[in-house]
Amino acid sequence: MDVVSLSRLQFAVTSMFHFIFVPLTLGLSIMTAYMETRWVKTGDEVYLKMTKFWGKLFLINFALGVVTGITMEFQFGMNWAEYSKYVGDIFGAPLAIEATVAFFMESVFIGLWIFGWNRVSKKVHALSIWMVAIATNLSALWILLANGWMQHPVGYELKNGRAEMVDFGALITNPTGWYKFFHTVTSGYVVAAFFVMGISAYHLLRKNEVEFFKRSFRMAAVFGLVSTILVAVGGDFSAANMAKTQPAKFAASESLWETQKGAGFNFVVIPNAERECNQLEGLCIPNGLSLLAFHTPDAEIKGLKDFPREERPPVGPTFVSFRLMFTLGFLLILLALLAVVYGRKDTLESRRLFLTIMLYAIPLPYLAAQLGWIVAEVGRQPWIVYGVLKTAAAVSQSISPAQVWVSLLGFTLLYGSLGVVDIYLLTKYSKKGPQ
Amino acid sequence: MEFQVIWFILWAVLWAVYFMLDGFVLGTGMLHNFLGKSDAEKRVLINSVGPVWDGNEVWLLTAGGATFAAFPKTYALMFSYLYTALLLLLFALIIRGVSIEFRGKGEGAGWKQGWDIGIGIGSFLPALLFGVAFGNIFEGLAMDAAGYHGSLISLLNPYGLITGVLFVLLFLVHGSLYLSVKTTGDLSTRAANAAKKIWPALLIVAVVFLIVTAFATRLYDNYLASPLLLIVPIIAVSALIGMRIFMARGASLLAFASSCVTVVMVVFTGVIGLFPNLIPSNMDAASSLTIYNSSSSTYTLTIMTVVAFIFVPIIIAYKIWVYRIFRAPVSVDEVMKDREAY
Repeated sequence: MDVVSLSRLQFAVTSMFHFIFVPLTLGLSIMTAYMETRWVKTGDEVYLKMTKFWGKLFLINFALGVVTGITMEFQFGMNWAEYSKYVGDIFGAPLAIEATVAFFMESVFIGLWIFGWNRVSKKVHALSIWMVAIATNLSALWILLANGWMQHPVGYELKNGRAEMVDFGALITNPTGWYKFFHTVTSGYVVAAFFVMGISAYHLLRKNEVEFFKRSFRMAAVFGLVSTILVAVGGDFSAANMAKTQPAKFAASESLWETQKGAGFNFVVIPNAERECNQLEGLCIPNGLSLLAFHTPDAEIKGLKDFPREERPPVGPTFVSFRLMFTLGFLLILLALLAVVYGRKDTLESRRLFLTIMLYAIPLPYLAAQLGWIVAEVGRQPWIVYGVLKTAAAVSQSISPAQVWVSLLGFTLLYGSLGVVDIYLLTKYSKKGPQ
Repeated sequence: MEFQVIWFILWAVLWAVYFMLDGFVLGTGMLHNFLGKSDAEKRVLINSVGPVWDGNEVWLLTAGGATFAAFPKTYALMFSYLYTALLLLLFALIIRGVSIEFRGKGEGAGWKQGWDIGIGIGSFLPALLFGVAFGNIFEGLAMDAAGYHGSLISLLNPYGLITGVLFVLLFLVHGSLYLSVKTTGDLSTRAANAAKKIWPALLIVAVVFLIVTAFATRLYDNYLASPLLLIVPIIAVSALIGMRIFMARGASLLAFASSCVTVVMVVFTGVIGLFPNLIPSNMDAASSLTIYNSSSSTYTLTIMTVVAFIFVPIIIAYKIWVYRIFRAPVSVDEVMKDREAY
């Protein structure tokens, strides 16, 4: 493999590993903050127990999110030096702002929250976890504005041999960035909601601390239902935006080869990239795709054949990831809806099958989030910055395949061990229950 | 003042503050297995930096982010040229962070010993590698129009290693003094004694460093051109000596304050010598990365300046507030009683 493929693989491994921890942080910080606020307001000790139990799991996860995040910043320079040189003038700014505005706030207030139980008032303590929650979400905003720029570059001009920022306002109001932000943070809330519901289900199945876990489950169910719906709404906006700004990615996501007016949505599709067609298509909703993309039934959608072969993203992974994410999204809405209904009826403990499903559903939102990133990043290929810079031209010139092999191997081993430790600790503290 | 110069100063400040703050965390980590005689004492050491280590490391991320935003070409070339060294640094920092966070979350001697090793190595390696990296930057990297001609081995040249040892000793003393302030009783006394023991070695290496710098680098050119700048290295050396005087008087807090000044002034001494280079080339002066040939556009620098001038004071305010909340020393009794402690 060459430096480009190796560096892409390494970026995929390190960013996907990082993104195991980020979504839970985004959602669980808010849930923990809410629990502590309830405690401060009502004085109900169950909420304090909830804060401490879920907060502990939050911290185990948070630690790995922090340390794996450093890698992301280093890698742009280490592996993607040509990219960094070419677009640093506009791409570096949101990254530096992320550190300044969000990372400091997050790291300082998490320290205060962990060690401040006996040193500050209840209110200040609750405030500090809110600051963490706000900061992690702010951090997501800035990094997604940066990624949004890679998907749909705005506010720049090509001059002095590079992309230079000419309109900061355009960068921070880039609709693509905001859609991504909305879709991504809400998907993080879903991850957290199903995490809390799944672990609560585990204990409810064993009749441990029933009141505690019923309350946790119900709270997460409501949060989960609202979030799954918001993810779908954000996903709809994102898809429509993608059809407009990244038509090749959209065509690949749907495996659409021929340009069509009033394109239908096929439930069954088997793409064949070599022959530039679909092996099989079936169960069609007429005009479905045009409605999805442009919210009008007769809209024309560009097919992959209208893009030169070298400017098409890999259809297989983009299409499969998109479909799977989409399907999981609807499944999660259904599960969250049932969770709210059963929680309201107070029949949770007797629904053993449902609780078992919820326990094993913990990984599903994680999977959906990872698939979403595959659509976003693989679907953008061969571009690293859509229409501006190709991925192949972005890689560092001074590094050798051997160097990247070593680093890739190192990351795999180190991250593999950290993953084992993380699962061990999360399982241990989850099973232990509140003290 | 030109924006490039403003950002050069901010760049220097970010690195200086990073080394001042993470310096004592790295120092504490290097001392972890030597000062901590029991599990309880090791926990005191971890808890003395527990609330602040993460916030301190963010200065590194910000220094990196600021380099990216303000001097993208320097960021790109520095990180790709020093690929393997930075990879080691990254792994070490990851291991240190995880070790601090996870040591207290499991039981058993094996679990704790494993993370103790992680804290030791994860603190020693970054201290050494940062020194080696800055030593090499002071010397200039082997780069020309064709690219970079060095390797991990070539970075480990005598001057790079001297700078590495300087950083290690500086952070050891800095960390010991921090612990002498932040711990109590016997542990605090042992930390103060460790500082006293390491200090002579630091002084010797610092003198060697200052002499060798005259031959290995061109850092002194700027000082010869404007002798007024010599005030910075003079403050650095005075603070280094003052630190020992305060130690002898048992004034731990003043000794630690002096070591803070020393760290900051050592960084400034080097960076002033670099100006207007960020990374000089030792092969071809035209290939040096300067604040002018590697900077972002004036537009980007203006935006970033506004952001920095709004947010840095806010950050400093809440950091000081949190440091004040945790200003009390950490004791063995307290750590054993507190269930939330690490």
